[in-house]
Amino acid sequence: MAKANFEVPELKEHPEVPKIEPGAMAHLETFKAKPEFMEALGFPGELSDNWQEQAIDAMGDMLKKYRSLQVYMDSCVKCGACTDKCHYYLGTKDPKNMPVARQDLMRKVYRRYFTFAGKYFPKLVGATDFTQEVLDDWYNYYHQCSQCRRCSVFCPYGIDTAEISMAAREIMDRIGLGDKYSNEIIGKVFRIGNNLGLPGPALEDTLEGLEEDVFDDTGVEVKYPLDQKGVDILLVTPSADFFAEPHVDGLIGYGKVFHEAGVSWTMSSKASEAANFGMFIGSYENMRKVSQRIREAALELGVKRIIFGECGHAWRVAYAFLNTLAGPWDFLDQNYPVPQHILEFTLGELEKGTLNIDKSANDDMVLTFHDSCNVARATRMGDKPGGQFEIPRAVIKAVCNNYVDMPEDTIREATFCCGGGGGLLTDDLMELRVKGAKPRMEALKSVTEEYGVTHMAAICAICKSQFTKVIPYYGFDMDQIVSVHQLVSNALILSGQNSEDEDDESEEDAA
Amino acid sequence: MSLAITVFFYLATVILIAGLAYRIWVYAKVPAPLKIATTPAPVTKGGVVLRMFREVAFFESLFKSNKLLWLLGVLFHFGLLLVLLRHLRYFINPVPEVIEMIQPFGKYAAFAMIIGLLGLWARRLIIDRVRYITSPSDHLILALLVLIGISGASMTFVSHVDIVGLKNFTMGLLTFDPKPLPSDPLLAIHLFLVSVLMIIFPYSKLLHGVGVFFSPTRNQVDNPREKRHLADWARKFEENS
Repeated sequence: MAKANFEVPELKEHPEVPKIEPGAMAHLETFKAKPEFMEALGFPGELSDNWQEQAIDAMGDMLKKYRSLQVYMDSCVKCGACTDKCHYYLGTKDPKNMPVARQDLMRKVYRRYFTFAGKYFPKLVGATDFTQEVLDDWYNYYHQCSQCRRCSVFCPYGIDTAEISMAAREIMDRIGLGDKYSNEIIGKVFRIGNNLGLPGPALEDTLEGLEEDVFDDTGVEVKYPLDQKGVDILLVTPSADFFAEPHVDGLIGYGKVFHEAGVSWTMSSKASEAANFGMFIGSYENMRKVSQRIREAALELGVKRIIFGECGHAWRVAYAFLNTLAGPWDFLDQNYPVPQHILEFTLGELEKGTLNIDKSANDDMVLTFHDSCNVARATRMGDKPGGQFEIPRAVIKAVCNNYVDMPEDTIREATFCCGGGGGLLTDDLMELRVKGAKPRMEALKSVTEEYGVTHMAAICAICKSQFTKVIPYYGFDMDQIVSVHQLVSNALILSGQNSEDEDDESEEDAA
Repeated sequence: MSLAITVFFYLATVILIAGLAYRIWVYAKVPAPLKIATTPAPVTKGGVVLRMFREVAFFESLFKSNKLLWLLGVLFHFGLLLVLLRHLRYFINPVPEVIEMIQPFGKYAAFAMIIGLLGLWARRLIIDRVRYITSPSDHLILALLVLIGISGASMTFVSHVDIVGLKNFTMGLLTFDPKPLPSDPLLAIHLFLVSVLMIIFPYSKLLHGVGVFFSPTRNQVDNPREKRHLADWARKFEENS
């Protein structure tokens, strides 16, 4: 088990809602962005003396631009429906991690400066001045929200805390108070093209390496092309797919599926990143600028279609926002959805019968599936509502014999965040990440004990990174996290592939 | 007294209508720049109307969240709805048959309303999480509603009010031809509290009744790939690039 300088929550057989412990997470503050990284995104470098005035102006501006913010500031009745729904509350017991209390950090400022009751009877309605203390709370607790939208499912008015934490981060950025992790990463995307700062030549090397690996494994020359003009499909995938485990096994899988489907495709060094952290900081302009790279890449490469790899918030930006931010996509082939998810593509090929599948290749595993929060509650796959739940499961079941779901109140629209989404996947928030994973770990433990589940498949780069890092704290093994396209890759027999004997042995060793 | 109540009631009505109209105007004017429906979401407008109907008529999301809270919410809101429908008899002459039919249910709905409110109040005191998020105004609004319910129910079940005189008064209000209010302390209290409720409605969390219809997570069609969605304020970026 991994070592921690904080108490790792105990997993309960029957998860319970904890009693509140005020201030339990007040100490946890993510590193702040240095002035140069703030300025690169068009924000002031640091707080000025009149930050309070600037913040209230910024809030007024946001209230005029975002209906969600205006309506959600007014509509909450404090019924408590959301209070036991956030994984961070369940894991940390800090009441300010209850969605309504997190919202109230902004609502009390909103009421003070923008409502009649708060201007004249502040105590009565819980309104307060925007003091340094309140700002500190904002910084801490708006960086303890992974914007997973679970609260929004259960709110009778659909109040989405993600909208409020995004707005809060934008307001803080606008007064010169930003978080290091997200803001530095966005800067890297602008300078280099991806979150990890991998330059073009490094990508080329990595992809060549993958081609060799696949050739050694199968004897088939599967290509992983970069910046190839005139092909049909542009694949945009999270940069973690280029080297992190188990992400890269997913990328190998996408390439094999494209190869067997007989389509031409490429990745782009300009748009070598599906992630868009502009969403996490609530900045429409930065999110738009990051999205525009994909449009430019598609135009330069002359592709007809865009497909996104396995990534949760990236799929939200792609599915729900890309048309707004970087459309119209009238220059692409309108016979296909723009953009398309790799799972939509793979399921299509499975249904057409172009893929030769040997399910027994995954017989060493009993699988379950973690619905990524952004995919589950902010997007769709396929034509029908809920396709985002059914399509990944259909693909897994088409390539695996052993599959079971986790308890119903922890999957699909009620899925728990992995604990590392929303721009919190940084080591300085490790305590929060470990504690926030608790509800998912409890669900995983229950199916492990009841059905002998050995592996959990995910379709999000953040989920995969978060889980591999965090599940050792709970006594699981990091190898238990797999990519869905890794499962596809295992079971897919390429045309002209060598016999699989060698493969089987090495997998048994690993298991 | 009668004159004071009359004036106050008119004032409350004006504030309620003007205040609500202003809020609705604000909500309608602010754009939703991005598609943020909580999915799975309907893919057609008709589907969205249905979703909103389920939300408003059955409290669908609340049902998913917490069954006891849902039950208390339903008891209060539907109790209140029946009570309000019953009250139409004071404002319409002759009383329509439908309202006559509601009469026996409407009478007892007052109890559902009061029980629901007391249950919701108990949650604020008993559950530590809900206690934590409760402000003084939350208690005051509950107190106001409970007192309205009790004063109203008392006139039906304890000390009957002069119905003919009351109807004379309310019809006078409607026709801007004020008539004297029957002298009855319960009635005066009831009308005063209702007027207070009408005044705070547009300036408090009671706005949730309007807000729900404007909630983008609930009222948007899930079709971002098919139809480009662009807010007016975001158009300026298009021209620059």
